[in-house]
Amino acid sequence: MDNKENKNCFCSQDLIKIKTENINFFYGKQRVLKNINLDILANKITAIIGPSGCGKTTFIRLLNRMHELTPNITLTGRIYLDGQDILSPSVNSVEIRRRIGMVFQKPNPFPKSIFKNISYGLEINGIKNKEFIEERVIESLKNAALWDEVKNRLYDNALKLSGGQQQRLCIARALAVKPEVLLFDEPCASLDPISTRKIEELMLELKKDYTIVVVTHNMQQAARVSDYTGFFLMGELIEFDTTKNIFEAPKNPKTEDYITGKFG
Amino acid sequence: MKKDFTQKIGFSLISLSILITLLFLFIIIYFIFIRGIKIISLEFLTQSPRNAMTEGGVAPAILGTFYLTLGAIIFALPLGLACAIYINEYSPKSYILNIIRLSINNLAGVPSVVFGLFGLAVFVKYFKFGVSILSGSLTLGILVLPVIISSSQEALLAIPQSLREASLALGATKWQTIKNIVLPYALPGILTGVILSIGRVAGETAPILFTAAAFYIKGYPKSIFSEVMALPYHIYALMTEGTHPYKQKEIAYGCCLILLCLVLLVSTIAIVIRQKQKKQYYG
Repeated sequence: MDNKENKNCFCSQDLIKIKTENINFFYGKQRVLKNINLDILANKITAIIGPSGCGKTTFIRLLNRMHELTPNITLTGRIYLDGQDILSPSVNSVEIRRRIGMVFQKPNPFPKSIFKNISYGLEINGIKNKEFIEERVIESLKNAALWDEVKNRLYDNALKLSGGQQQRLCIARALAVKPEVLLFDEPCASLDPISTRKIEELMLELKKDYTIVVVTHNMQQAARVSDYTGFFLMGELIEFDTTKNIFEAPKNPKTEDYITGKFG
Repeated sequence: MKKDFTQKIGFSLISLSILITLLFLFIIIYFIFIRGIKIISLEFLTQSPRNAMTEGGVAPAILGTFYLTLGAIIFALPLGLACAIYINEYSPKSYILNIIRLSINNLAGVPSVVFGLFGLAVFVKYFKFGVSILSGSLTLGILVLPVIISSSQEALLAIPQSLREASLALGATKWQTIKNIVLPYALPGILTGVILSIGRVAGETAPILFTAAAFYIKGYPKSIFSEVMALPYHIYALMTEGTHPYKQKEIAYGCCLILLCLVLLVSTIAIVIRQKQKKQYYG
């Protein structure tokens, strides 16, 4: 292992949940990710920061193979989930996405009832037992800190909820299928500060049970919630370290320029 | 000042265009209503023709048009919807897709009498369905396929990609996503296509000329292999054949009015369903 690779690996007792090796990614001929090597630790929150267009969203969409929906792309490198190569053609992306849930930038609830939004994930995975589904829906709503606000209107259309509530509903929906990892793609980008705070508190609560990766261009958010932070710039992983080190003692001058607000 | 004046002239011209369009629609409806209403009665709607088409009603033709339209939609809706789903959701974006799109658009431009001859050659003769409801429905179905495909495609395109991603990210397969999320959401738009198709199918004459329609049949059709009377063809026949042109003309206008009302009725029902669906899905 050369030095560059070593830099982003942790030899602590923490368990590596996802390991990415030499990831290169192209849209057509344009290279948008360059040699990304990054380890995501279990039960930690890993933040990915960087200016718009640096490839951070592209990166987390690889982790649950959502990139496959985009035509005309090329990907090289390896991504391991618990040591299993998830990019291998023999691995079913449907199974990977059940194990790695995702919450998107804009809340995207289904135009169905609140209850149905959450039971959907269970139903498509073949669960038919009504009592089990109901219990899981309630549990998920509680875990997403939404239960008290919606318990009296579970059968209302989800689109009637406020933006922040919709986003927590999307989190509840992702929790219902019991994934191991949760990917958050700028989850608060369209939310007000109060809703943002609720989502952040929720993430801190959820890391007990889940491994969390959050993409954000809000540096304060990364500083508030994450344990580890990776800084992306122009498709490269410039620096990856504990959040404390990144914000207090960045090693790379580019990282320092970004977090002190000189650009971005 | 000059700019304001130019703008006013522009607006006036545009308003005038709308007025003229509405005027034509109004004249047509008025004209047909005045001429057709005289003959409309319960007997006209429920009885068979009598006395060499000069008396009685047109019930078999109403029923025939209903069968043909229903048959065409039953055939064209699943097929057209499946095509739209393939093109939008499954097919890789390539030049073959462009060829498919081009072909479908061309199909929409084929004159309806050509479909009629095609139906005669293929369904009536080659498949030996004879001049029948089945042949006519299939011919009409092919005629409206492009309408259904393109309106279904539009409906599918209108669905935000974020909903598909939400479903896939939960571990749904592509098909589960289409079936549970995309199609229900697209239903109002698909229904619009069906409305358009019904209007088109119910009024077409040329495609059923050689494949399904008969001037007069005793009694009602017994199976999908029976010939039928149909309103548009009945109108055509009343105006061109027979021995009592004056009496027949009155009946023809009555048929026109019924056809118009039927199409309006179906459209209204479909629009009501669509509005309900929209409310359900857009909150």
